[in-house]
Order: sequence, then structure tokens, then C-alpha cells
Amino acid sequence: MTTLDITSQDMTTIDLTEQGLRYLNETLQQQSAGTNQQDWTIINPRGSHAIAVGLDAPIRVTVNGSTGYYCGGMNKQATITVNGSVGPGVAENMTSGMVVVEGDASQYAGATGHGGTLVIRGNAASRCGISMKGIDIIVAGNIGHMSAFMAQKGNLVVLGDAGEALGDSLYEARLYVRGSVKSLGADCIEKDMKEEHIKQLAELLERADMDADPASFRRYGSARQLYHFDVDNVSAY
Amino acid sequence: MTEAKKTHSKSQTEPVQSATFTKAVNAEIRRAADTGIYDIRGGGAKRRVPHFDDLLFLGASISRYPLEGYREKCATNVTLGTRFAKNPIELDIPITIAGMSFGALSGAAKEGLGRGATAAGTSTTTGDGGMTEEERGHSNKLVYQYLPSRYGMNPDDLRRADAIEVVVGQGAKPGGGGMLLGQKISDRVADMRDLPAGIDQRSACRHPDWTGPDDLEIKILELREITGWEKPIYIKVGGARPYFDTALAVKAGADVVVLDGMQGGTAATQDVFIEHVGIPTLACIRPAVQALQELGMHRKVQLIVSGGIRNGADVAKALALGADAVSIGTAALIAMGDNDPKWEAEYQKLGTTAGAYDDWHEGRDPAGITTQDPELAARLDPLLAGKRLANYLKVMTLEAQTIARACGKSHVHNLEPEDLCALTIEAAAMARVPLAGTDWIPGKGI
Repeated sequence: MTTLDITSQDMTTIDLTEQGLRYLNETLQQQSAGTNQQDWTIINPRGSHAIAVGLDAPIRVTVNGSTGYYCGGMNKQATITVNGSVGPGVAENMTSGMVVVEGDASQYAGATGHGGTLVIRGNAASRCGISMKGIDIIVAGNIGHMSAFMAQKGNLVVLGDAGEALGDSLYEARLYVRGSVKSLGADCIEKDMKEEHIKQLAELLERADMDADPASFRRYGSARQLYHFDVDNVSAY
Repeated sequence: MTEAKKTHSKSQTEPVQSATFTKAVNAEIRRAADTGIYDIRGGGAKRRVPHFDDLLFLGASISRYPLEGYREKCATNVTLGTRFAKNPIELDIPITIAGMSFGALSGAAKEGLGRGATAAGTSTTTGDGGMTEEERGHSNKLVYQYLPSRYGMNPDDLRRADAIEVVVGQGAKPGGGGMLLGQKISDRVADMRDLPAGIDQRSACRHPDWTGPDDLEIKILELREITGWEKPIYIKVGGARPYFDTALAVKAGADVVVLDGMQGGTAATQDVFIEHVGIPTLACIRPAVQALQELGMHRKVQLIVSGGIRNGADVAKALALGADAVSIGTAALIAMGDNDPKWEAEYQKLGTTAGAYDDWHEGRDPAGITTQDPELAARLDPLLAGKRLANYLKVMTLEAQTIARACGKSHVHNLEPEDLCALTIEAAAMARVPLAGTDWIPGKGI
């Protein structure tokens, strides 16, 4: 038992530069729900793409450094923390679990995510939450233009400001913004903050470990005017 | 007065219909004026364009000897994904089933496609709506499409697929997204797509998290890392700039390039898009093959051609021009019973006729294939549909073998441009084969 523990302890750190991307992902993907090896640290990511993608176990992975494209892509169950900034498409198409970015996120953060939670403690660039399908995204800073474009389901919470055309062609995702919104996209409107929304927002902020008053946010959603094609709406298409 | 009128009428000119403003054109103008909306339909380009019918095989002669029809072997197998994938797809025949969505098609239709393809030893493909149990369960080889919408996309289905097809575009509408009208968004379809039931659903035309070939290379890396480098990765493009698109797909790391000409397409879009954007299938193949050859990748990165493939002659011609396999969509639906004259009375009620029905997106398909209406869908027996499709695929294969043997080939892949000639100058130029009876290839300067 002692030997096994020592071996396990040695294997918790993966040096990406030394051991390579394939080894990293294969090792993490092989972990199952009952693994003893629940905590993993990745060092020397150096902006590499596709780090910790396709994970499917309730393990905790910490990336010490910044990453390239698609870090945490298609994540299930795992909790991935990046002590740095991330490139485009962080946590894209995530289905469950949690991805936390301590720095900033590039374009398409949380794109098409079906579930799970994405927390960005810095800012997120354009198209944050594009086509999201159930994921919850909480951004401490600002988000760029065209965020939540065609967002279908889930919640996007922004403690800072939102860029142009927020929520363009929105479906049923809920958008909560504390700061300013430069402009709303087609079919996106401000909606009342009701008790259920305050309650939901409080839960999302708590999950992201962020301290903000839910009552200080505004809520945006779909006007549902583009759900059926109508020639009189042609200027909106 | 009466006499004068008679004389005048005798000298009247014959009424002449305009070749520009035809009856169909005028009807469309009136329809547009009535409704204020463009015509949306499925079915790919219907206009006459240079096609495989404009090519002929030369067959054997004194300088080429044929193979015996029923005695000497003419193989038809094809392996797809030999470049990077650990598990390439082995098919018995070079004809695959193209991507068509659950949503556009009923569950039973997807099952029928799976059954038919499996019985014939080939693969089928999901579509813009996720993977259903009907098709996974009944498809021995299933290609999972990775589309801009990402409806139903999840890592579990990605891992249980046999190959992944990144869809950049399709022949009917290069540069266009999808459209599924509300009447086809049943609760099950809506649930798979994470959308409210009953709304008109617009699929994106661009991928949400990559743009351009450099990004695509990284996206492919991610998909390979998620699936352990096991699965062939196809890239599907609509016929637009086949030389450059093929070269860029190879550069991005594709195992297989799927090239879909303008006659292809079961998905709904604007008629004006279908008929006026993209190029004919015949015009796509040689530029794509040229790109592969110049990169030293012909037969290493496989080329699948689709768009208007109907019979074994079309298959043989596509292969002779350099494709590794073909893909069928519309023809597979027809084999299963789409547009069958036995439903003529119902087609008439829909304002159309058997053979011309193309409002597949409206969900009122009398054949029960392109619908989510439970009563209509029940008309399709998936076992019978699968059997019909398998028969059709086998006939096409036998036809292609017949031609290949006549050209002296022991494998359908041994067919080559030299086996072909063209009936028209246009087809000769596009296929880069000589006009019949000449040694003239337009554009080649010989």
C-alpha cells in the first residue's frame, strides 16, 4: 500500500513539455470515478492546445500556466483550474463538471456548452457563450462583442460590462449583466428581475465563489420575435 | 367591321412564350409577390448541368483486354482514414450514405438507412441533429457529423462513432446554414437540439469556435485527442473551390475529404441558393484530385464525392476521375420509397407530383421518410426500407463492376481518366477527358 501511494503521488504532476500532449490527455481520460488519483497538476503548458480535453471522471486538474485553444474541451465531470489565461474555445461543448480560469479567456469561451460551469475570473473576449446549450458561465470581468450569439439554454453572468450585440438571435438562455451593455443584438431584450432570477443568480455567484449583490444585475433574454419566420421581420435577419 | 376584324385575326402572329420569362419563372414571380418570402425546398440543384451522363467509358479494344464478367474478380472494397487514424474504416463497397439529420428524417428512416448500409457493407452518417439510437444500433459503421450547430454533440457519441465528419459546407448551399420548420421540431427533436419545440430552427453556417484552416487544424487536433487518435476525420466541403478546399483540408489534417457538388442536398434552403451557388459535381473532382496529387496525397487522403450519384455508371465515372468512394443521399431516400408514384394522389394534394416533391422540410412527406408526424412516419417499414436500400446499393456496385471489368480493371479503383471520353465540350473541359472521337481536352491546349 505504501509503495502504491508513493507511486500515485509521483504521478500527480504531468510536465507537458517533457511528457507530451498525448500522454497527458490519455492519462487523464483513463481515470474513472473511483480513482485514488483525484488531483492532477499540469506544468509547462506553454500555450499548448487541447489540454485536458475529453475528461470523464470527477478528478481535479490544475494547469499552472496559460493554455492555447480548447482547454477543457468536451469536459465531463472533471474540475479543471487554469492558473493563467486561456486561448479560444475554453471548455467548448462541456457537458458537466467545472472549468475555472484565473486569468482572461480569448474568443468563444464556453462555446456550445451543454452543461457544467465555466468560471472566468478575468475578462472574456468576443462570442463568449456562443451557441451555449445549458452551460452556466460566470465572468468576473467584461465580455466582448456578439457574446451569447444564438445562445439556446443556460446562464451567462457578467459582473463587468458587455460589448456590442449581446444575445443576438438568442433562444432561451438567460443573461445577467451587472455593468453596462454596449448594445443588444437582434431579438434580445431586457427583462424583469423577479424573485426566481435573484435566487438563481445568487446560487450561480456562490458556485463561482464571487461576491456580488444579485439585485445589482439586469437580466436579458429573447423577445421570441424571430422564432417563426415572418417577412415583416426581414430587416432583423 | 366584322370582315376587317376577321382579316386582321388571320394575320396575327403566333403567341410566343419567352425563353427568359418562362411559365415557371412567371409563376415564381407571382408566388413571391403573393407571399413575400423566398421559396425554400430540399433536393439539390434541379437545373440541367454537365454531369456524369455526359461522359462515356471507352471499354476494351485491341489495346485493352477486358475481364470475364462472372469469373474474374473485380474488387470493390475501400479503406477510409489511412493517414492518421488508428482504426480506418473498411467498407465492402465504395458507396456510402451521406449525412441526413434525425429531424429532417424520421427515426424509422434513419434505421432503414442503417440497416441497408450495413447489409451492403458500407457506412451511414448522422446529420444536423445528433446521433440517434436507431442509427447507431443499426449501422455497423457510423460517421458522426460535427456541424456548426453542434446540436446533440457530446463526447460519448463522439467516442462511439466510427469516424467523425467535420462539416464545413454542403453542395446544395456552400456557405449556408440549415433550416428546419417548426412543424418538424417535435418534442424529441427539440430535446436533442436543446431548443423549444415548434419553433423554426435556424442552424448556423459557420462553426462557433474556429475560423479558417489554421483553426481547423487545431480543432482536428482536439477531436483526435478526445477520441484517442482512433477515428478517421473527414472534412466535408460544398463544391465551390475544390482545388483550394481540398489542399486546405489536407493541410488541416483530414484523413478523408468529402466533396459535395451542387446537385447534392437533402437539407432545406432557399431555391435561389440551391440553383445559383456552388458548382456541379462533375466540375469538382479533377481539381480536387489534382490538389491531392500535387501534395502527394492521392489515395493517402481519400476523396469521397457526392451530389447526383444515381447508378453504377455514375459511381464508376467518379472513381475513374480519381475519387476513392461516392456518397448518396437523395438516391437512398428514393430507394426507400421517397417520391414513389404510389403516393401520387397525396402528392397532388400537396400541389406537386411524384418525382418533383421537394418540400421535405415541411414534414408532410406522404412516403413517411422526411417527417416527424407519427402517422406518416409509420408508413415506412424500416426493415423493408433497409432491404430496398441494400438491394439498390448492390445493384449499383454490380453495375460499377460490370463497367470496370469491361475496361479490364481488377479493382474499381483502377479505373482512370484514360478510360473516359466526353459527349460535350463542357463535360470534356470539366472532367479533363477528351471529347469523344477526338484527342481534344478543352483548356488543356492539346
